[in-house]
Amino acid sequence: MKPKRIIIKEEYCIGCRLCEVYCITQHSPSRNIIKTYKGKGPKPVSGIYFEEKGSTSFAIQCRHCDEAPCVENCLTGAMYKDKKTGMVLHNKKRCIGCWMCVMVCPVGVIKIDYKEKKIVSKCDLCIDSEFPACVEHCPNEAIELVNEEGKKIEK
Amino acid sequence: MAKAKNITEFIIERDERRCIKCQACVRVCASDVHSYDDESQELLSDNSRCVGCHFCEDICPTGALTIKRNPSATKDNAHWTRDYIYRIVKQSTTGGILLTGMGNDKQYKNYFEHMVLNAAQVTNPSIDPLREPMELRTFIGRRPDRIRYEKIKENKYILKESISNLLHLEIPVMFSAMSFGSISLNACKSLAKAAFLSGTYWNTGEGGMHRNLYPYAERAIVQIASGRFGVNTEYLERAAAVEIKIGQGAKPGIGGHLPGEKVSEEISLTRMIPEGTDAISPAPHHDIYSIEDLRQLIFAIKEVTSYKKPVGVKIAAVHNVAPIASGIVRAGADFVTIDGIRGGTGAAPLVIRDNVGIPIELAVAVVDQRLRDEGIRNQASIIAAGGFKTSADIVKAIALGADVVYIGSAALIALGCHLCQKCYTGKCNWGIATQDSYLTKRLNPDIGAERLCNLLKAWALEIKEMLGGMGINAIESLRGNREQLRGIDLTETELKLLGIKYAGEAW
Repeated sequence: MKPKRIIIKEEYCIGCRLCEVYCITQHSPSRNIIKTYKGKGPKPVSGIYFEEKGSTSFAIQCRHCDEAPCVENCLTGAMYKDKKTGMVLHNKKRCIGCWMCVMVCPVGVIKIDYKEKKIVSKCDLCIDSEFPACVEHCPNEAIELVNEEGKKIEK
Repeated sequence: MAKAKNITEFIIERDERRCIKCQACVRVCASDVHSYDDESQELLSDNSRCVGCHFCEDICPTGALTIKRNPSATKDNAHWTRDYIYRIVKQSTTGGILLTGMGNDKQYKNYFEHMVLNAAQVTNPSIDPLREPMELRTFIGRRPDRIRYEKIKENKYILKESISNLLHLEIPVMFSAMSFGSISLNACKSLAKAAFLSGTYWNTGEGGMHRNLYPYAERAIVQIASGRFGVNTEYLERAAAVEIKIGQGAKPGIGGHLPGEKVSEEISLTRMIPEGTDAISPAPHHDIYSIEDLRQLIFAIKEVTSYKKPVGVKIAAVHNVAPIASGIVRAGADFVTIDGIRGGTGAAPLVIRDNVGIPIELAVAVVDQRLRDEGIRNQASIIAAGGFKTSADIVKAIALGADVVYIGSAALIALGCHLCQKCYTGKCNWGIATQDSYLTKRLNPDIGAERLCNLLKAWALEIKEMLGGMGINAIESLRGNREQLRGIDLTETELKLLGIKYAGEAW
């Protein structure tokens, strides 16, 4: 099954990087923006890569490839493809920090969490909540969630 | 003498308990107000650069920013207010004309706020628009002087009169002329798409029509102004109607000037001028010095478009507006657009914007009366423009005699504009009045069009409620129906000019 995907409309990306802010907040224990940033606990690494050159910018997340090289190359099976949703997910417990996934990712959207050494961070389409936080909070709808047929999903 | 500094109009208050140092404000501010100091790891704000557009305040994810008026006070002086003092400071520094954007911000009497509407009680029933049909459909164009028909047999008639092509609107509100150049292509696209979806019209302004807007051309009124930018046969044929612009409410008697740095490749192609050259619209049309000259241009356009499209004339509301409008109708115009003193602009000299012209309420009333008195009201529609800010203003303008209302500033506010009046700098943070590719992408035309459609939908509902209350079920029955208006706090002269009675006077 093909997963839901986040598509990029770089012509409307205003470069505010709020997608990263909300990604970090969503993956923090408190899910409270001020507590996440100003609290004492560790701050998660965002699953978004932000690219900018001149007046063009965009945010890119895991594409959840149909044939995902990161899954094929994972030694321990920490990176796996969810059979139900088709999403590429990461099981932190099994991850040994070999970073093969980082090496092979064709779009370069898997991030190393240097603080926790062995763990990588990537987009999980906010599986724990109803809707991806970055899409919900993008002020200019420059990222959209689409279903298997490529149709926009509204919150 | 102390060195003249930038005048600080606004103070940015940053709540340190809420600021998470995400630096979104640093990245989005086109005026370079905010900066991040790596050494002290602090966010700094240069208040003197702030124009008060509120973009950072809106984008801040934690609501840590508040833009406040600078409380620094000069000694209270009813005559020499802070505004006038700083104007002199600025001009004695630069030696130039003060420029500004958007509409007149001075406290002229707003006649709409001195007119109240009627409602039906006992002697005639009010209508509930949610239960009964209510018509806002409006037509713009020339109506025949009489209707001739022929009876063929019982209950069967043929219309013998030829009816000219009329513009067909589902709501008596249109988007006024804003050129590609004065506003961004995304802003034009938002307006065009919204007009297309809502069954009304948008206006190209004097900037030609960009090829990406061709899909919305059937809902476009194209403008011919003194610079004649972008005008060719296809431009005229593609549109629904043509408007000759003589003047603009924000700057009557003044031409336009799009600086060369804004004339990008796309604008140069659309306006048909070389890239990087100043686009200067002269103050007058140099081929129109009289009503007879205007008639020649109107009929030249009608010839080109095979008499299929309404041709109108837009003038600023000035002292002699009624006789001028009469002349325009007699010159063959199918509609007359009148732009009042509160009309907006992308750039105008401050003194002109604030001091020239007359309010639209009075202009509409006197023009409608004059055309009626002369028996030529049917020959042209009246379009009112200039500072319409609520649906009630629209209802009142129509009761005074306007056919349709143009909204410009209200439409831009729907797109994000916060009326900072800095359109002329080309650094619009909301991506509206700018051509900077970093800023124009901030206006997503899909979101923009949706917001404009929502505004029109909301106003349509409100207009229907007001009509229903008056016991009227079609906007046509309100047009020029001044008995539905009563004045409050107005002088004899004002009542006479508006053609309305004082509150308390019965029919």
